[in-house]
Amino acid sequence: MKREDRLHKKPEPALQGFRVGGGLRNLPHNFGLDLRRNKALYLFLTVILTYFILFHYLPMFGILMSFEKFSPVKGILGSKWIGFDNFIVFFSGPYAGRLIKNTALIGVLDLLINFPAPIIFALLLNEIRQNHFKKTVQTISYMPYFVSTVVAASLVINFTKSGGAISESLKFMTGGSSENLLNLPSWFKPIYILMGTWQGMGYGSIIYLAALSNVDQELYDAAKVDGAGYWKQMWHITLPGISAMIVMMFIMRMGTVFSVGADKILLLYNPSTYDTADVINTYVYRIGMQDMNFGLSTAVGLFNSVIGTILLLTSNSVLKKLSGTSMF
Amino acid sequence: MKIKEKPSRILFLLIDVIALLLITYACLMPIWHMVMASISNPTSLNTHPGIVYFPLKNVDFNAYKIILQYKKLWSAYGNTILYILCTCVLTAVLTTIAGYIFSRKRFYYRNSFMIIISFTMLFNGGMIPNYIVMKSLHLTDTPLVMIIPGVLSVFNIIIMRTSMENVPTELEEAARIDGATDLRILWSVILPLCKATFAVIMLFAAVAKWNDYFSALLYLPTRRDLYPLQMALREIVITATADVSSSSNLLDLSESSTVYKKAIEYACIVVSTLPILCIYPFVQKYFVTGITMGAVKS
Repeated sequence: MKREDRLHKKPEPALQGFRVGGGLRNLPHNFGLDLRRNKALYLFLTVILTYFILFHYLPMFGILMSFEKFSPVKGILGSKWIGFDNFIVFFSGPYAGRLIKNTALIGVLDLLINFPAPIIFALLLNEIRQNHFKKTVQTISYMPYFVSTVVAASLVINFTKSGGAISESLKFMTGGSSENLLNLPSWFKPIYILMGTWQGMGYGSIIYLAALSNVDQELYDAAKVDGAGYWKQMWHITLPGISAMIVMMFIMRMGTVFSVGADKILLLYNPSTYDTADVINTYVYRIGMQDMNFGLSTAVGLFNSVIGTILLLTSNSVLKKLSGTSMF
Repeated sequence: MKIKEKPSRILFLLIDVIALLLITYACLMPIWHMVMASISNPTSLNTHPGIVYFPLKNVDFNAYKIILQYKKLWSAYGNTILYILCTCVLTAVLTTIAGYIFSRKRFYYRNSFMIIISFTMLFNGGMIPNYIVMKSLHLTDTPLVMIIPGVLSVFNIIIMRTSMENVPTELEEAARIDGATDLRILWSVILPLCKATFAVIMLFAAVAKWNDYFSALLYLPTRRDLYPLQMALREIVITATADVSSSSNLLDLSESSTVYKKAIEYACIVVSTLPILCIYPFVQKYFVTGITMGAVKS
């Protein structure tokens, strides 16, 4: 390279690695030097990467089990390779249809009811100008979120068994007998969804209340001068003010519609409600941890993860197109 | 009120207030019920249908006296507190450092490593592969399995990184000229400016650990003595109700306390829930910050 060229060339952003300490700005990258200068940072980077490799990438390797007749004695590499047999067993078995239907239904019902609930609550609260009342209601509404899942489930069980508060009031309204509602398949989904509403409505409203408080107050003043009533103000100012947030949250939730967790359902269901309550994740738990059929369980879990990933990617790309932001 | 409201508006506000009061009632009632039930006369409680608004018949604290002797409940309580403390310390250290590394613009490989890490948000091995990994790392049936998995989360790293990126680089450069090392800069310059994010991450980590019973169900198959509080509660109030004859009952109810069974369940719920319900009003502003932060970022 000629001397002039070197002088006129912009200093390259040749920084690789951490490259800190000393004024050696435009030297070619020397990994050894960089390593010596930033020992601590490289050490920590190694710790962090090790964590993700051990607890996230290593399990992905375990997916191989879904193509094996897995035996714990022989291990993942030694077990017998059976191709897609586990998937065939699952999809041709009696449970696949029921599980997929329940998972999708619970996911969609949860989205349809527990997505709008916090928005409506936030809008109702937003109309209140009396600050003390507003603050108190808000704080109390967060309370169920801090009740743990196990406790919430045990309260649900207590309230819905015969003689419980909900069964009793139902008996009062319909005149039937007071039954254990959690033993009736038709009641499982409503109970599960309402438990989600109870736990999450107040907490979920936080984000919308924050968005509502960012709506420009001058817009309301201007609207009042122009003679807009409260409904018009809500329709033309409040809702447009939070619509971006609503769309974003909706799309993000769409991505998780098929990932119905096992933890809550395991606490609430029992063999008499498997028909409507059993979802893919609870089945994965039963087949894997109780029946110890690791291969089949991993295969069913993989099916769930793949659908989950596809949904997440789709919702992410929709989000990117609509608002320019994305989750990944 | 200075401005006269239209009747339709007043009607709306009335309905609004009633709706909000109903919601408040629905949020509060179950919690009130469990407190009152736990101090009710056990015989009346066992036959009482519906909600208990006030202590039935007479106030009776015997259920609490009985559960004071349940060593397993209290040791589970201790376990949970220990798990939360360890998780918080590890989460704090690792998330802060990860946030620091990935927020350094001069770190050439940061995007490639970030992609490697973010991929785990998108796809995971699933329940059984995770279990096999824990087992082959010899973590199952040890306290470590309740602490280490979940210590680092991509989401936390991302919000930490974002908040550290917002610290002006001039501050860092000034400190570097004064001869500060990376750790020194992180500790004395950057961290003090990211306190809010830090608090939020700790809080979310603590709540998640507090709530978690599922990992104990998976990863502590034989060590009941390591059970966290939620798992002990599950045995007392859920598994026990489903299967009274189960020999694995955490509580061996003696003849005299059988009548107290229901009151005892409520008392266990109360002692494990009330502390949190007393703390959260004071930390709720951090949750508000945290949630808005998460939404803005994601």
